[in-house]
Amino acid sequence: MNNFLLLPVIIPFFFGMLLIFGQKKLAYQRITTLLGLLLSILCAFGLVANVYENGPQTVTLGNWPAPFGITMVSDMVSALLVLTTLILTFFIVWYGFESIGKEREQFFYYPAVMFIIVGVNGAFTTGDIFNLFVFFEVLLMASYLLIVLGGEKAQLQESIKYILVNVISSAFFVITVAFLYSVVGTLNMADISQKIAEINQPGILTVIAVLFLLVFGMKAAIFPLYFWLPGAYSAPPIPVLALFGALLTKVGVYAITRTYTLFFTQEFAYTHELLLILSILTIVAGCIGALAHFDVKQIIIYNIVIAVGVILFGVAQMNEAGLEGAMFYLIHDMIIKAALFMLIGIVIYVTGTTNLRKMGGLMKTYPALGWFYLIAALGLAGVPPLSGFIGKLLIVQGGFEAGNIWTSVFILASSIVVLLSVMRIFIYAFWGEQGQLATHVEKKKYHRLFFPTMLLVIVSIFYGIGTEWLTPFIKQAANVLMDPSIYIDAVMKGGE
Amino acid sequence: MEIVMAFVCGLLFMAAIYLILSKSLLRIIIGTGLLSHGAHLLILTMGGFKGSAPPVLSDGITDFVDPLPQALILTAIVISFGVTAFFLVLAYRAYQEIKTDDMTLMKGSEDNE
Repeated sequence: MNNFLLLPVIIPFFFGMLLIFGQKKLAYQRITTLLGLLLSILCAFGLVANVYENGPQTVTLGNWPAPFGITMVSDMVSALLVLTTLILTFFIVWYGFESIGKEREQFFYYPAVMFIIVGVNGAFTTGDIFNLFVFFEVLLMASYLLIVLGGEKAQLQESIKYILVNVISSAFFVITVAFLYSVVGTLNMADISQKIAEINQPGILTVIAVLFLLVFGMKAAIFPLYFWLPGAYSAPPIPVLALFGALLTKVGVYAITRTYTLFFTQEFAYTHELLLILSILTIVAGCIGALAHFDVKQIIIYNIVIAVGVILFGVAQMNEAGLEGAMFYLIHDMIIKAALFMLIGIVIYVTGTTNLRKMGGLMKTYPALGWFYLIAALGLAGVPPLSGFIGKLLIVQGGFEAGNIWTSVFILASSIVVLLSVMRIFIYAFWGEQGQLATHVEKKKYHRLFFPTMLLVIVSIFYGIGTEWLTPFIKQAANVLMDPSIYIDAVMKGGE
Repeated sequence: MEIVMAFVCGLLFMAAIYLILSKSLLRIIIGTGLLSHGAHLLILTMGGFKGSAPPVLSDGITDFVDPLPQALILTAIVISFGVTAFFLVLAYRAYQEIKTDDMTLMKGSEDNE
C-alpha cells in the first residue's frame, strides 16, 4: 500500500469539498472538520511509523517511471512536518469554535482551513519542483481567503499588500523554475539533484540558488524580505493568525532547507555563507522588532522572524548536529508559536486591548492562564526541560563544529532577547496593578478557549521532556538531509 | 529567436516593475498582469524553440516542439488568472470600503500607536 503517503493530502481535500456544501449548518461544519483532521492525524501517525521502519516512501502518480511522472516523496522530514501540521490545525480549529465568530464560520472558513492544510501537506510531501509551485499556490489562495474573510477595513488594507507580495514572489518562482529547466532539463527534484551533481554546479546554478533563496525567503520572511509580515499578520483574527504563524513561514523554511540540502551542494562557500549571513541579519531584525513594540501581537509576530533566522542558521551549517538541531527547532517552533498566539488571544479577549501598557494584574484573576503563559514563554526561550532547549543546543553545537564561533555565540545571545520580549508581556500583563479589563467576559467562553490552549502547551512540554524518544526520528530526518543519495535512491528505485 | 524573446521578456518585466511601484492600485494590478505574461513567455523561451510541429502525435512527423513548457504555462496561466480575479474583486471591495485607490493612503489604523 504505497499510496498511503498521499492520505494526509487527500483526506483534507476530500473533507474540504464536503464542507463547501451546507455552509450555514454550524454543527455539521465543525464536526466534519474535526473528523477529517482526526482521520488525517491517524494516517500521519501511521505514515511516520511506516517511514521510520521502511525508509523514505515514494509514489509516482500514474505508474510512470520516476523522472517522467510527478513523484510524491515522504521521508522523515516531511512525514514529521505533516504530522505536526495536522495536530496543530486540530487544536487551532478547536480554539476557533469560540473565537472566530459565527459570520466567518458560515462563510467558508472551514473549507479554507482544510484547503490550506492540503497546500501545506502537499508542499511538504511533493518531489517535483513545479508541483511544489502548484501546492504553494493552493495554500496561498486559501490564505488569501482566510486573511480577508470578514472584510474589516484593516483586513482589506493589509491583504492587498499580502497578495501583491505573494503574486510577485510566485512570478519569481515561475521564472526560477524556467531558468532551472533550461539548465538541467528536468523537474523531478531527485533527478535535478543528480543532474546538478553531474555538471558540478556551474556559475548559473549558483545564480539559480540565490533566486530560490529570494523566492522562498519571501515566503519564509528572511531579512531583507520580511517587510510584509508584521502588517499582514496583524490583520486577521487570532485563530487565523495562529494558523499562519505556525505553518506558512515554515513551508518557506522547509523549501529552503530542501533545495539547499538536495540541489545546491557543491558551492558551499558562496550559497551557504550567504544563507548564514542572511539568517544572522534576520535574527537581528526580529530582535529589534520584538523589543520595539508594545503590542502583544507584534511581539510574537517578530518572534516568528527570529525563529526563522535560527532554523536557517542551523541549516547553513550543513553538518549532522546543525541539521538535527534545525529539525528539532522547526517542529518546536511550529508548536510553540501556535500555543503563544492562542494564549495571547485569550489575554486580548479578557483585557479587550492589544496594548501592553493598558494591561496589568491578570495573575490575580486568571492564575492558570499566567502559569501556562510562563511555561510557553520559557519554552520559547529554550530553558532546559522545555521544548526549545535541545534544538538550539544542537544548532549551536553545529555552529561550533563548523567553526562559526562568534555567530553561534550570537545565537545564544539572541535567546536572551527572545526571553526578554516574552517576559515583558508576562510582567506587564500579569503583574502589577489591575489594568484594563474587557467589559463582559463570559467565564464559559474563557474556559472553552483555555482548554485547547492548555492541551497544546502540555504537548509542547512533552516534546521537551520526550526528547529521548524523539531523537531516533529526528536523527533519521537529519540523515536524509545530510546525504541526498538516500532521497535520490528512494525516488529512482520507487519509480521502477 | 531566443535573444529576441529574452529582450521582450526583459521589457515586460521592466514595465511590470515600473507599474507595480506606482501609486494607483489599478496600475499595480496591470503590472502584475504584465509580470505574469513575462514569466509565461520566459518559460516558453527557456524550453527552447527547437522543433517545428505542434506536440500532437500524427503519422510521419518526428520534429515536435518540447511539450513540457506548454503544460507548465497552461498551469501557470490558470493559476494567475484565478489570483488576478480575486485581486481585482478585492481592489473593488477596498475601493468601496476605504474610498481610495491610492496606495500611499492605505496605511495605519485606529489602534496604531
